[in-house]
Amino acid sequence: MSQDTGGPDPSFEDRLKAARSKQGLDAPPKSSLSDQDGVGGSAWGIGARVGVELVSALVVAVAIGYGLDRLFHTTPILTAVFVPLGGAAGVANVWRLFAPKKSDKG
Amino acid sequence: MAAEGSNSIDALGQFQLHPALGAIGGSVNFTQSNLMMVVAGLLVMALLWVGMKPRAMVPGRLQAAAELGYETIMSMCVDTIGPEGRKFFPLVFTLFFFILFGNLLGVFPYFFTFTSHIMVTLALSLFVFILVTVVAIKEHGLHFFSYFVPQGIPKALAPLMVAIEVISYLSRIISLSVRLFANMMAGHVMLEVFGSFIVMLGGLGLLGYFPAALSLGVNTILIGFELLVATLQAYVFAILTCIYLHDAVHLH
Repeated sequence: MSQDTGGPDPSFEDRLKAARSKQGLDAPPKSSLSDQDGVGGSAWGIGARVGVELVSALVVAVAIGYGLDRLFHTTPILTAVFVPLGGAAGVANVWRLFAPKKSDKG
Repeated sequence: MAAEGSNSIDALGQFQLHPALGAIGGSVNFTQSNLMMVVAGLLVMALLWVGMKPRAMVPGRLQAAAELGYETIMSMCVDTIGPEGRKFFPLVFTLFFFILFGNLLGVFPYFFTFTSHIMVTLALSLFVFILVTVVAIKEHGLHFFSYFVPQGIPKALAPLMVAIEVISYLSRIISLSVRLFANMMAGHVMLEVFGSFIVMLGGLGLLGYFPAALSLGVNTILIGFELLVATLQAYVFAILTCIYLHDAVHLH
């Protein structure tokens, strides 16, 4: 209970901080800042996140390609063009998830 | 709902919509999903109104919950979006608590999880997407479209990169909605499947009692897990909204 750390009168804030870090109470804010983007946290969360990002980009690309094909009557061509683009966009999404320090770009 | 006496598991029947509120609801297609949305909204307002009524210096339980919610979302907005985040606080707060209560209400028996329908989550994410785009255009004007051109790329690659960036930008709608919908639906399918196991194995007689008790245990754990997922997914939706708003306000 009584933790006299030697110093004559460490201010209340200092002692509070020391006690909090000892109890691990300061950990949550730190971790939530560091993985601000890696929302999921656990391995399962990250895995699900990556899968969703990859697939959703592909879904959008296929939808665009197919829609444009229907519009211009060029049936397989634009879909075939947009599918690799969608895959690339998915990879770009995943890269953005794990990119080092997104914030110092802007 | 469950496989009553039969040998098949009807895991998806729980997601069917039925008219609620009798004849009036039936005539305007007011389903149990809409009813749960209204209930969720009323509960959020009740939490804030009833919780904040005492205005005590030392808060009671409800007031502490309301204040905690307010402060968490406020710090999430300001930390993620920046000082401009205050403007978007009401939006993020509403989204978070609407989704959170929708998810949590779904855990109760006889209640319906409206976030387990992709139509609902897609509408929410489309709303967020359109709002983010409008905010970005309002803040930056036509300069917004430079968002799709990454800095420092060779001129020859620009068309390709722009196409990829546009697709990646549009894919937010899908990823935001599918994440919430898939998590909620998967959880409830699991609950239904193990719930059916209890009934079916319990009907087997003496041999089935042990596995039936085991699936009851699994279901108990799943309920706890579902509470975690409900909170986490509401948080994820809110913080992703914040991250998108940050991109919209700051570009790149």
